[in-house]
Amino acid sequence: MISNRIMQSEEKLTKEDFVSDQMVKWCPGCGAHAILKAIENVFPEIGYKKENFMFVSGIGCSSRFPYYVNTYGVHGIHGRAAAIATGVKLANPGLSVWIATGDGDSMAIGGNHFIHIIRRNLDVNILLFNNQIYGLTKGQYSPTTPIGSVTRTSPHGTIEHPFVTAGLVMGAQGTFFARVPDNNIKLMTEVMFEAARHDGTAVIEILQNCIIFADGTHSQITDKDLRDDFQLHLKHGEPMLYGKNKEKGIQLKGQKLQGVIVGLNGVEMEDILIHDRYEKNPGIHRMLGKMEPPDLPVAMGVIRSAEFETYDDMIEVQIESAREQSDIKCVDDLLKSGETFEVD
Amino acid sequence: MNNQATYKEKESVVIKFVGDSGDGMQLAGTLFSDTAAVFGNDLFTFPDYPAEIRAPHNTLAGVSGFQVQIGSDKIFSPGDMCDILVAMNPASLKTNLKWVRPGGIIIVDADAFNKKALEKSGYTSDPLEDGSLDVYRLIKAPVATMTRNSLSHLQVSARLAERSRNMMALGIVSFLLNQNLDTTFKFLADKFGSKPQVLEINKTALTTGYNFAETIEAIGSTYKVPKASLKKGTYRSISGNVATAWGFLAASERSGRPLFLGSYPITPATEILIELAQQKCLGVKVFQAEDEIAGICSAIGASFTGSLAITTTSGPGLSLKSEAIGLAVMTELPLVIVNVQRAGPSTGMPTKSEQSDLLQALYGRNGECPAVVMAASTPANCFYYAYEAAKISMEHMTPVILLTDGYLGNGSELFRIPKVSELPEITPPLARPNDETYKPYKRDPETLVRQWAVPGTEGLRHRIGGLEKTDIYGAVSTDPQNHQMMVQIRENKVKKIAEKLPPQKIMGDQSGDLLVVSWGGTEGSIRTPVKALQKEGKKIGHAHFNHIMPLPGNTKKVLESYKKVIVCELNNGQFVKYLRSEFPDISYMQYNKIQGLPFFTGELTELFNKLLETK
Ligand code: SF4
Repeated sequence: MISNRIMQSEEKLTKEDFVSDQMVKWCPGCGAHAILKAIENVFPEIGYKKENFMFVSGIGCSSRFPYYVNTYGVHGIHGRAAAIATGVKLANPGLSVWIATGDGDSMAIGGNHFIHIIRRNLDVNILLFNNQIYGLTKGQYSPTTPIGSVTRTSPHGTIEHPFVTAGLVMGAQGTFFARVPDNNIKLMTEVMFEAARHDGTAVIEILQNCIIFADGTHSQITDKDLRDDFQLHLKHGEPMLYGKNKEKGIQLKGQKLQGVIVGLNGVEMEDILIHDRYEKNPGIHRMLGKMEPPDLPVAMGVIRSAEFETYDDMIEVQIESAREQSDIKCVDDLLKSGETFEVD
Repeated sequence: MNNQATYKEKESVVIKFVGDSGDGMQLAGTLFSDTAAVFGNDLFTFPDYPAEIRAPHNTLAGVSGFQVQIGSDKIFSPGDMCDILVAMNPASLKTNLKWVRPGGIIIVDADAFNKKALEKSGYTSDPLEDGSLDVYRLIKAPVATMTRNSLSHLQVSARLAERSRNMMALGIVSFLLNQNLDTTFKFLADKFGSKPQVLEINKTALTTGYNFAETIEAIGSTYKVPKASLKKGTYRSISGNVATAWGFLAASERSGRPLFLGSYPITPATEILIELAQQKCLGVKVFQAEDEIAGICSAIGASFTGSLAITTTSGPGLSLKSEAIGLAVMTELPLVIVNVQRAGPSTGMPTKSEQSDLLQALYGRNGECPAVVMAASTPANCFYYAYEAAKISMEHMTPVILLTDGYLGNGSELFRIPKVSELPEITPPLARPNDETYKPYKRDPETLVRQWAVPGTEGLRHRIGGLEKTDIYGAVSTDPQNHQMMVQIRENKVKKIAEKLPPQKIMGDQSGDLLVVSWGGTEGSIRTPVKALQKEGKKIGHAHFNHIMPLPGNTKKVLESYKKVIVCELNNGQFVKYLRSEFPDISYMQYNKIQGLPFFTGELTELFNKLLETK
């Protein structure tokens, strides 16, 4: 709720206000370090008092996050961060609530809570560290591991079709979805800022590299010499262009998105789709979220941020109107309501 | 409208209304009870629903019932055997005949005893004609026909007429019990005030039934249950589930902590969720979660954020919540988990009551994981135990499991309305803003309770979670000595609560021959036979426990004060197992019933007499 946020903080906050005294224990070179940096960049900027930030997590490498940032925090149990965060936000809608979770934590053991918090559009921000593997338990496949991958529990290759996070989020009626690679802190910081500004559940999927158990799982997208051709950086109101010299673009052909080269085969600039992240109809957003190589680039940045009512706002509205309308103002009134009788 | 016929005074009467699920038996029973309450009788009611919402018409599975005992003295239970049974169809007669005492009155809708309905319920001959009901006083009322005729002037559809058969039957019972119809009319007006036609139909049917009973001579004498001598005050009838919900509302108001409920619907606990969802006017935040786990986890989040946080469930739901209860134990956050017990294991018998989750409540978690366990024992005292559970959980920063059961939750009794300001004070250990000495696991040296530092408070940012932490500072730790110490601290913190509990009472003399021990929802059904035997001069006492973990400080003394101890439970012996492990020097006998039924006065009287006779 924006009204809770505006001008909460009069003092100017800095990175140092959020640095924790705990030793950060992620493996050196793990993509999670960049996420922590981006959070330290963005928290001083979004206008909340430092006491009004709250981090909630489940279990996994990602979920150590609350210990590493100096806010109020709960390190919960496996898969349940979304449920815990729901109670936090409902109890105090004035807090800026952040969830740190991984692909297993949010989409395997916690799948139910994940889809339901999104469906309710509770105003929280979810940092989804997608490394396509179980790191903390040392290398078992996750719900996003590519089919055929050999892991410690799939010695003959996985036979499961992975989730595409964007598809799941939008299927659950998500109102905000963004994606970033872990090696682009600038984009990550921008996207986190946008997530914080969004009223509703904001999911940021971070393509995170687990250097130990799935090193290079995103390299086809994130490698220096591949990323121009396989990352599409979306900007609201601008044409969807990619490639080293922005010579390629996305065109809607029939019911499908296609990668085209501007100027070739009669493709003109006006044939290229313009990004509208605020569009309520999720059709194009869903297609953008599901784009993948080799035919298409992976969409990065804010894919969707549509405005819908939030659960936390609506519950407050209902309580306010119930308070106004009811004759019951306190528990004594309630106890005496309805049929009672006196004994002398 | 006053009944001039002669009547017999009776100390108590048990009435049961039974019929098909759609026959409106719950409404008839509720109206009857409310009318009796206004007159001044004490009462205890119990609805008996089928598990299926829409079982096939006229089948045994579709029978729905409502039992009530009214009395001129304190009533402890809905009673075992009925004095009056109202049966609206053959199936309901068949399933309930065994609960009618010989000589009791049976009122049937004779119109419903047709060939098809008799066959459906498995009767090979018509019980109204074959003499099988000769030991009872049978009133054959052509309820359907009379209802239709009485409503003919109102131009009512057959369906509406059919639906007011229950009022017709209630009219007959009202006459039999000398009830004041004006009071019942008032309740009907409250219920159907916005639908004048429906109100008129129901009033007409009620009056017709009453007049019918007055006219037919077969009825013999009627009963009158004199007013009970209740303590001065304002009363209402309340069910255990509603009382539980209201107890939490009162605790929230008294403590100044906002109330949060995270819950998932499950029989027979759903009523608490429904009740609190209706009280948004008092600011309660009710979250119907996607599952049991989200119910409790949202409550933990709300608790960290400074709310009085509750989750409600029944047996299978408690299993699902186990891991999260461990998180609340580890984070030392206040939380009340209500388990309205039902017959298990697994899905078991959802609409039947049992006390078989006690060991789960005490021990059903991974690790050394102590939580407070307590139990309510009557529908009305669910209010006070919910209040006390909330008080203990906040003042001692610990999860509390409050056990009630389907029998308490759905049963109703009279409740003397307290003033919130007269309830015990609740003082949660909130940390002060900018307290530089604040540490997440710094404790009060007396109680071992840590402070509650709520997000938003300046200067108290901290992190807690399920990993073991160092004492005082709350840093993640796997240090061997620290872990052992923390395990002991958590254990002792819960045990120390015993110092604050009222001593365990014995109903009866402080020593004697036979001490009956029980806990939770069986208080009423055990108290009745024990009191009767005491009146006969037998040296029998009753110790009924509401506090289980920790037990009151004088428990051992209580158990040692009688020659014999018998522990009676509606399970396979869970409390007795716990007592044996806590006080192994005492020898216990046990009586266990696991039938989805309460204890009956008859069986207990026989049992206690036998034990009193044998040396
Ligand atoms: S195991 Fe992988 S995900 Fe976990 S900290 Fe190490 S590199 Fe990061």
